[in-house]
Amino acid sequence: MKTVEEIKSAIEAAVPGAGVEIAPNPNGALPHSLRIAPECALAVAKFLRDDEELKLDYLSNVTGVDWPESLEAVYHLYSMEKKHGPVVIRMHTVNRTDEVELPSLTPVWRSAEFQEREIFDLYGIVFTGHPDLRRLLMWEGFKDHPMRRDYVAPDDFEYEPTAHDEVLKRVQERQAAMAGEKQAEAGA
Amino acid sequence: MTKYVSLEQGELSFEDSQLPESRAWAPALVDEKPEGWNRPALIAPSGDGELLEVAMGPHHPSTHGVFRMDVALDGERVIRLKPVFGYLHRNHEKIAEGQSYLASMPFTDRLDYICPITNNWAYALAVEKLVGQEVPERAEYLRVILGELTRFQNHASSIGFLIQEMGASGTPLMYAFREREKILDLFEELTGARMMVNYMRFGGCRVDASAGWLERTRKVVAGLGGFVDEFERLLATNEILMARTQGVGVLRADLAVNAGVTGPMLRASGVNYDIRKVDGYGIYNRFNFRVPLGDHGDVYDRFMIRLLEMRESVGILEQALRDIPVGPVMSATAKIRGFRPKAGESYGRIEAPKGELGFYLISDGGPNPYRYRVRPPSLINLTILEDMCLGHDVADVVLIFGSVDIVLGEVDR
Repeated sequence: MKTVEEIKSAIEAAVPGAGVEIAPNPNGALPHSLRIAPECALAVAKFLRDDEELKLDYLSNVTGVDWPESLEAVYHLYSMEKKHGPVVIRMHTVNRTDEVELPSLTPVWRSAEFQEREIFDLYGIVFTGHPDLRRLLMWEGFKDHPMRRDYVAPDDFEYEPTAHDEVLKRVQERQAAMAGEKQAEAGA
Repeated sequence: MTKYVSLEQGELSFEDSQLPESRAWAPALVDEKPEGWNRPALIAPSGDGELLEVAMGPHHPSTHGVFRMDVALDGERVIRLKPVFGYLHRNHEKIAEGQSYLASMPFTDRLDYICPITNNWAYALAVEKLVGQEVPERAEYLRVILGELTRFQNHASSIGFLIQEMGASGTPLMYAFREREKILDLFEELTGARMMVNYMRFGGCRVDASAGWLERTRKVVAGLGGFVDEFERLLATNEILMARTQGVGVLRADLAVNAGVTGPMLRASGVNYDIRKVDGYGIYNRFNFRVPLGDHGDVYDRFMIRLLEMRESVGILEQALRDIPVGPVMSATAKIRGFRPKAGESYGRIEAPKGELGFYLISDGGPNPYRYRVRPPSLINLTILEDMCLGHDVADVVLIFGSVDIVLGEVDR
């Protein structure tokens, strides 16, 4: 299995102008990943899947991450044919608010279909070129993206009046009345 | 030239499908793989009747929980199928990001609640990778023993459910549950709970197994081989089962790989990929076992693969119970209080009974994970559900869906 540096130079040789950088893992003992420029992500993905030496034919895991300045999608690739991996590639959006498009890798690896839908749903990254981009877990018509770190859950969530509330109210009224009576006694 | 169903024809009215044209891609069964070969090959309606749209679920008895399939039917034939998720969504990942690493351990039990031990194991593995934690020998053996018992009971009950959906209600499922009950009794004795075990810790296991427990486990395992033989004699050559499952729901190997299908589903399509062999995580490279492979990729192969894997699990259990050493079950260097991994990220994965279960963690050095992600095999194995069901009868959809073997706690998280 090639090292991350070798994979980087192989991508640069095969896809001219591919902006590939090594994203170091802060914990030096664990493997590093590759940051791909979104413009040429599809070409890079096709190269990684079809290259004879790499043959990363299996996309295992797609993760959305919410960073303070941008949103990120992380892809974990393995090879079922060569039985090696993982190679981790990641892409950043420009910001968290309006420029949140990333190219979908579903045309290359079908296993991204539901996972990218989930990230669209929970993080709000819009995957361009996805064949069927809809919310996966939240319902249609839901507005926000609950996995974002600044998400605020509505405080009236699933509030339903129950019989218990009425009982509680009666108790409170009675207590207030008793307190009033006591005050009147003390005054007298 | 195949005529594809498109929404412009106005015959289908899925409320949620505004499908772009790229959906009408070429069929999958061609060898040269044109652009979009990995999309469902849509089927044209016969045109001699009206199409019927049926919502199977979320309370259909065959969905094993709250799962919905919106199917469009031409007579009995399925021409479209859309899975709908989210009825059991509780944002497991968000909750886990708001609490300490250890506090999520009992919550992983609730993902795939048929196999809590393997969920614990995958999570413990990811965290141990993140902090570089060693696990003592005896704990590794206990993990293998419990993991294989879990695999055995999962496969047995999933076969039982599959046969029950074919109409054989009762007998095979009760045979499977009889064995599952013995295994759950062992779990209860060791961990205190039949299902919500909360057994593993980062760097070992929570409690040690007594000599008596190991003896009782040996006794149970000695009976499991006979059960597999009995189960196979009962089912494998059953005429109704063969007629209903052979050639139904075929999944091609290249599509299975491309769609990220893992576990018995993948191996039934003939792809030799078992993470126990590939990664050799824990101590799996010490055991002698074979990986069964199917050659048709249909429902029958998936059933047979599970049956054969049960037999291999019994083999692993016998070896592990023979070799288990004495010693501690928690590493002396394991930290419980003030657990703060260094900044970094790790991905740990295991061969869970349903496929590749992975946990991806990003630590920023704090007591909570910055990002906690579950890679759910049940959800990703459903990606190709539509591909497998198109063109089959409604009754077959129930079987094909049953042969995927999912648990909704993991699909919706």
